[in-house]
Amino acid sequence: MRPIEIIALLPIIVALTHPVVLMLAIAVRRHHGLTLALTLIGYAATLGALIPAAHVAPTTVTPLLTVDGLALYLTALVAIGGAASALFAYGERARGREEREEIYVLLSVAVLGAAVLASSRHFATLFLGLELISVPLFPLIAYSRLRRRAVEAGMKYLVVSGVATSLLLFGIALLYAGVGTLEFSGLGRWLAGEGTIASAWAMGGIALIMAGLAMKLSLFPLHWWTPDVYQGAPSPVTGFLATVAKGGVIVVLLRLLLLSKAHQEIPVTVVLVILAVLSMVAGNLLALRQENVKRILAYSSIAHMGYFLVAFLAAGPLAVEAVSFYLAAYFLASLGAFGVVALHAPEGEDVASFRGFYGDHPWLAVTFALMLLSLAGIPLTAGFIGKFYLFAAGVDSARWVAVGALVVSSVIGLFYYLRIISALFVRGTQEEPAVTALTAGPLLGWAALAVITALLIGLGLYPTPLIGTIHGLLAQTGS
Amino acid sequence: MTAVVIILVLIAGGPLAWLAGRRHGGLARWVALGALALALLWLLLFWAWAPAAGTVPGQGPWLTELRLPWIPSFGIGFHFGMDGLSLTLAVLTLFLGMIAVTASWTEIQGRAGFYYLNLLWAIAGVLGVLTALDMFLFFLFWELMLVPMYFLISLWGHGDSSRAAIRFFLFTQGSGLLLLVGILILVYGHQAATGTLTFDYEALRTHTGLGPQLAMWAMLGFFLAFAVKLPALPLHTWLPDAATLAPTGGSIVLAAILDKAPAYGLIRFLHPLFPDATGHLAPAAMALGVAGVVYGGVLAFAQSDIQRLVVYSSISHKGFVLLGVFAWNTLALQGVVMQLIAHGIAAAALFMVAGGIRERLHTLDGNQMGGLWAQLPRLSAMGLLFAMATLGLPGFGNFVAEILILVGTFRDYPVLTLVAVFGMITTTVYALVLVQRAFHGSPRQAEAGRDYGVREGLAMAVMTVLIVWLGLYPQPVFHAAAPALAALGPAVTPMGGG
Repeated sequence: MRPIEIIALLPIIVALTHPVVLMLAIAVRRHHGLTLALTLIGYAATLGALIPAAHVAPTTVTPLLTVDGLALYLTALVAIGGAASALFAYGERARGREEREEIYVLLSVAVLGAAVLASSRHFATLFLGLELISVPLFPLIAYSRLRRRAVEAGMKYLVVSGVATSLLLFGIALLYAGVGTLEFSGLGRWLAGEGTIASAWAMGGIALIMAGLAMKLSLFPLHWWTPDVYQGAPSPVTGFLATVAKGGVIVVLLRLLLLSKAHQEIPVTVVLVILAVLSMVAGNLLALRQENVKRILAYSSIAHMGYFLVAFLAAGPLAVEAVSFYLAAYFLASLGAFGVVALHAPEGEDVASFRGFYGDHPWLAVTFALMLLSLAGIPLTAGFIGKFYLFAAGVDSARWVAVGALVVSSVIGLFYYLRIISALFVRGTQEEPAVTALTAGPLLGWAALAVITALLIGLGLYPTPLIGTIHGLLAQTGS
Repeated sequence: MTAVVIILVLIAGGPLAWLAGRRHGGLARWVALGALALALLWLLLFWAWAPAAGTVPGQGPWLTELRLPWIPSFGIGFHFGMDGLSLTLAVLTLFLGMIAVTASWTEIQGRAGFYYLNLLWAIAGVLGVLTALDMFLFFLFWELMLVPMYFLISLWGHGDSSRAAIRFFLFTQGSGLLLLVGILILVYGHQAATGTLTFDYEALRTHTGLGPQLAMWAMLGFFLAFAVKLPALPLHTWLPDAATLAPTGGSIVLAAILDKAPAYGLIRFLHPLFPDATGHLAPAAMALGVAGVVYGGVLAFAQSDIQRLVVYSSISHKGFVLLGVFAWNTLALQGVVMQLIAHGIAAAALFMVAGGIRERLHTLDGNQMGGLWAQLPRLSAMGLLFAMATLGLPGFGNFVAEILILVGTFRDYPVLTLVAVFGMITTTVYALVLVQRAFHGSPRQAEAGRDYGVREGLAMAVMTVLIVWLGLYPQPVFHAAAPALAALGPAVTPMGGG
């Protein structure tokens, strides 16, 4: 291995060392604060390792991995997402009596998986990355094992993940039988050359792979597990699942489409349009009838995955740019929203339990409202610029069906965001304010929320630095 | 520069009012009033001393302009400008904003700071819409004014106001997204034709490069957004509930301030950006306008609730706006500008009268009140005066406006004009009914509370002076708006003394 390849792999190497160090530390001394500190140092180190890696990008390391702008960008996002989730988890776990330290180990393993997915250019690493994300998520989701719902959610995710994995593996096998290579770009060469998507091997393989990935992304109609799992998992884990786990899959799907040029094939396009429209409309419609905030956010995330597909459909550089920007906006708003739910957890998770939240915790309520407004795409938040990107991508590529569905579903979506926001600001019914002890746990969570809010507003007001960064990184996006 | 200053004053005033309100509820309204007064003063001083349009080299038709890069990769700039049209409407907006604060003075008791924050930000959004010369910026402000307005209706409204607020938000947000699609079609069409990606109004105006079909779709996106917000028939269904369930200040913001934005959009963007497509739409849109005039008049006649009556009369007035804009000649456009100003003042005054009655009698049902004149002489006099102004009696600004629109429309569309004149007659009937029901007859309520004091009296006096002044000597408004309207390029109709 050449030194340049080692430098390029540095972020993944650091992310790999991270859980090992954490485990050893826990084995030596079980201490909640120390573990959190090590966790944060680990994510900071991963972020730091991106700087030398950026100097050598794009570099292809073995046929399996490519370290380019897109990979580095997503690795940065997932490291930040991991750190934020850890901070929220610290606040929540500080209350509990269960073993608390392992949650950080599991989170860091999943972050490693997302980083591998981000750099993947080969079906082997796609599979490896997906499993690295999924396996730690089983215990993470069922972490509060004394709650019945948690175990049920964990089991559900286990089964769904198993099915998705087997679909994916079977698809990869079929594709290999037909194409003879497992590289994404090899599939592209085959499609451009003698191969045709109409062949049984390719068609079956691609269909199964897309089904597997759609299940992971919880695209309609393979979305059914999402609300139960979101509701059952501890809120910080739900935030992590909605962002880091989804983000890795989105990027790998984007890279698969870009490198194989499969999205230029009519059948693939049609399927993507249908999945996008169904996910957007159904996700938002189903959210209308929910009472539990986490379930609402679960359906909202289904719709957001549809939004991402709209950007995918706009072939060309604008697609990658739109996906990259929307990822950042979606990460911030989702992490923030689930962070607030985590801090609010003792008082319940129903919309009704948020009534009069503004009276008790004005700052927290305003933060929550901002996160929801960003998810809805209202100005002065990052979500507005993100939504603008989606519309620009859709109009630029003249995908009128998708744009129309985007308009309709955005309006439906507003309805349930507004329902929650209305509840927040309604004058409280309870007379005495809720007593929340100011321990170090929630304080760290609040600090994380403050940073997320600042970024959310900052990107909404002046997105040019991030757009510039994305442009710079995409210039380095190779094969 | 001036445009940004006044917007920033309001944006900064919002959090200040919030913080002041947390300390002491009464302080917030002073902060809000102060911020609006400061911005208004700045704008008036600017008006007094600004060099005439076209005299400053390189500035074009704008009296003031600011252009900074913002998101260069999309060709989006931080581009503000003001001409006579936006200046006049901005002055009106700030003035009515002060009226809205005055009307909320005693009504808003809970969480006053947050209320005034929303009020100021909604007005800041309107000012942004009036001055933005970049389509992205325009859309941003267009969306920005919705959230504070939503809170104003939902949180401080009466009865089932949160449903009304949600309906308002869904209507306007949905149509707003169509506006975004229209803007993007325009922008990417321009890019395909010229190779540059830009959201700048002036660049897009000089060369739209859209085929007739795409231009029609893009124009429809713009038109629908403006028609919903105006509101034009049949997209008005969100207004009656939202405007009547909102607190008085919120009603004024919604029905007298926010509605300047779509009317301004119709003048500034629709015809200049899509001349041909707008021409094709004109007969249909004008028919909608006339339908609105008649429908609003008839429904207003049927209302027993004073506020609903004002709302339907304002739908009727918006019909005139639509009629005048699509006639697209100087005379009609001058009438539209005058209508916006006169309607804004009269509607704000009538909402304030209605709010005053609600505060004192705890009802707005005209059937349950009577003989108010004896108990509340000053309030009733004001009600009568502005009811007369609304029905377009000579001597008030509304008369000048409606006559100009009708004259401007008559030459090309005689039939529509005649129908609209009959609409005006229904207006007379409903205004008379309002006066008859509430103010005369025998008193049906035991106690009516105290009459107007200094605060309300002062606000009413200023509005009275303004609306009479506009009726007797409208020339300053014409003078300010004329060069701006001429630069938009409508057909010129000769105009006496202009």
